[in-house]
Amino acid sequence: MSVTANELLAVMGARELRNDTTVFTGVGAPMMASVLAQRTHAPRLTMMVEGGVIGPTWKPGELPISTNEMRAAYRAQMLPAITDAFLLAQRGFFDVGFIGGAQIDRHGNLNTSAIGGYARPKVRLPGSGGANDIISLCREVMILTVHEKRRFTERVDFVTSPGYLEGGDSRRRAGLLFGGVSRLVTTLGLFGFHPESRRMQLLALHPGATVEQVRENTGFEVVVSPQLTITKPPTEEELSILRMLDPRRQFIG
Amino acid sequence: MTVAPREYDFVAARERLEAKPKSAGPKLGSLEDAAALVKDGDHLAIGGCLYSRTPLALVRALLRRRPTGLTLSRNLMCYEGEWGLVAGAVSKLVTSWMGIGLPWGLSRIQREFVETGRVEFEEWSHLGLGLRYRAAAMGVPFLPSLTMLGSDLMAVGGSKTIECPYTGRTVHAVPALFPDVALIHVQKADRLGNCRIDGYPHMDGDIARAAATVLVTAEEIVSEDEIRLHPDRTAIPGFLVDALAHVPYGSYPHECYGAYDAEPEHFTAYVDGILARGAAGVADYLQRYVYAPATHADYLALFGDARRAEAAARARMLTT
Repeated sequence: MSVTANELLAVMGARELRNDTTVFTGVGAPMMASVLAQRTHAPRLTMMVEGGVIGPTWKPGELPISTNEMRAAYRAQMLPAITDAFLLAQRGFFDVGFIGGAQIDRHGNLNTSAIGGYARPKVRLPGSGGANDIISLCREVMILTVHEKRRFTERVDFVTSPGYLEGGDSRRRAGLLFGGVSRLVTTLGLFGFHPESRRMQLLALHPGATVEQVRENTGFEVVVSPQLTITKPPTEEELSILRMLDPRRQFIG
Repeated sequence: MTVAPREYDFVAARERLEAKPKSAGPKLGSLEDAAALVKDGDHLAIGGCLYSRTPLALVRALLRRRPTGLTLSRNLMCYEGEWGLVAGAVSKLVTSWMGIGLPWGLSRIQREFVETGRVEFEEWSHLGLGLRYRAAAMGVPFLPSLTMLGSDLMAVGGSKTIECPYTGRTVHAVPALFPDVALIHVQKADRLGNCRIDGYPHMDGDIARAAATVLVTAEEIVSEDEIRLHPDRTAIPGFLVDALAHVPYGSYPHECYGAYDAEPEHFTAYVDGILARGAAGVADYLQRYVYAPATHADYLALFGDARRAEAAARARMLTT
């Protein structure tokens, strides 16, 4: 069974979620990952999305395009005002936050604002949305992204969403006392951040991917963990749940 | 520093409110009368979020008056931002994100205007902008928060940090944003302007309290008794509201929770026009959908009854 990029991200993201926890999730791969976790090993996972939705039961075949449309609210437990939803995260109620990013650097900083100079950019990107808040306020953050060289850069042009800033304790020194990026899940493997230097390091490769391939697709020097492992491929069960949720393959590709 | 001192001047904002009549009387009038309360150069906060419960009928009525020098703020900016830019009505946008929605890619209009320096674009995090409205809704000049710290967004609007007077910790002092006018679309209101919102509250409760002038359109005008039977459901009390108009399908082709679904195919056609002709695609759209229809009924006729009935049926399916 061939596996698409988004199916791989959803499966690997889902496996990182734990039962009896909360996840601040988004549309696309994060949404698929959260529902998959809930339908497999984490039935007592509570999802929240930034449009102001707590505990939705998304309808297979009617998955939301935006985080604040009717499909995102389907059979939810609560629809708080958007500011109040984020304030639950600021209070510390969210264990995990999921985000994506146009550009990421070796300290897990994300840029979704502008490529090139900020005032007169080469490419103006949409902006933070809730990504900055999720990365600032959740206990831990997982980034899901396609692994492409243009996305993985030594230093982002603009820090829209702060990972570990310049590394070391610079995140904490900026006043971000909580959280941080715990995992980066890409289409090639899983990455973590060194506990002291806060540099990105390759922890595991997906089946079929190589360290060489990661190096070729990363715009900075790749640090490989001495305990490098291989992830288990997506199972039939995982894939069939994703395909049942998204029969028209709008999100899984 | 791009935040203007008048945006967080809580004393001036308070004096403006104190000087204003806060009537319990009827507010119901025409859409055009409501739009006429906007002056050139005003800062408008737009209700709803992205393509949900957008006060599009108010935006169209406003653009027909050919305003200039407006600032628009909205948490996730959509049609209203692109239209305002291409119509020449807007000189500054304040938002956390701009586009139609993820499947439609980057906003080419945002790109064109920002990359060529033709609009001032001020970016906040989603909560950052929400707290700006919340601070204003509370009548205070700022709110302490833990968001945006350490990011380059701090410098964009000129955000400052303060040392907490109790713990000594560094917090972000998010500056208030007191808009001149709030534009809001709701499902139900009585003729006195008491508003009920079904589904997502978005940020509408805060912008109604933060703005000096509040313009509302409602899908349905209900009796005063209906409001008094369920007062716990009132999101905006009538004395906050300056003008109210009865506009069924007032967000269409955006969605209105429980009333009608969005029209993604219409969004695709709109974006295809931009891909083919750039800003001229939006100008053509404005001519057809904003300037040409003489009335709201003429506007709705462009879509047809059957299509709107289907959108209403989808909304019922998604909310019951």
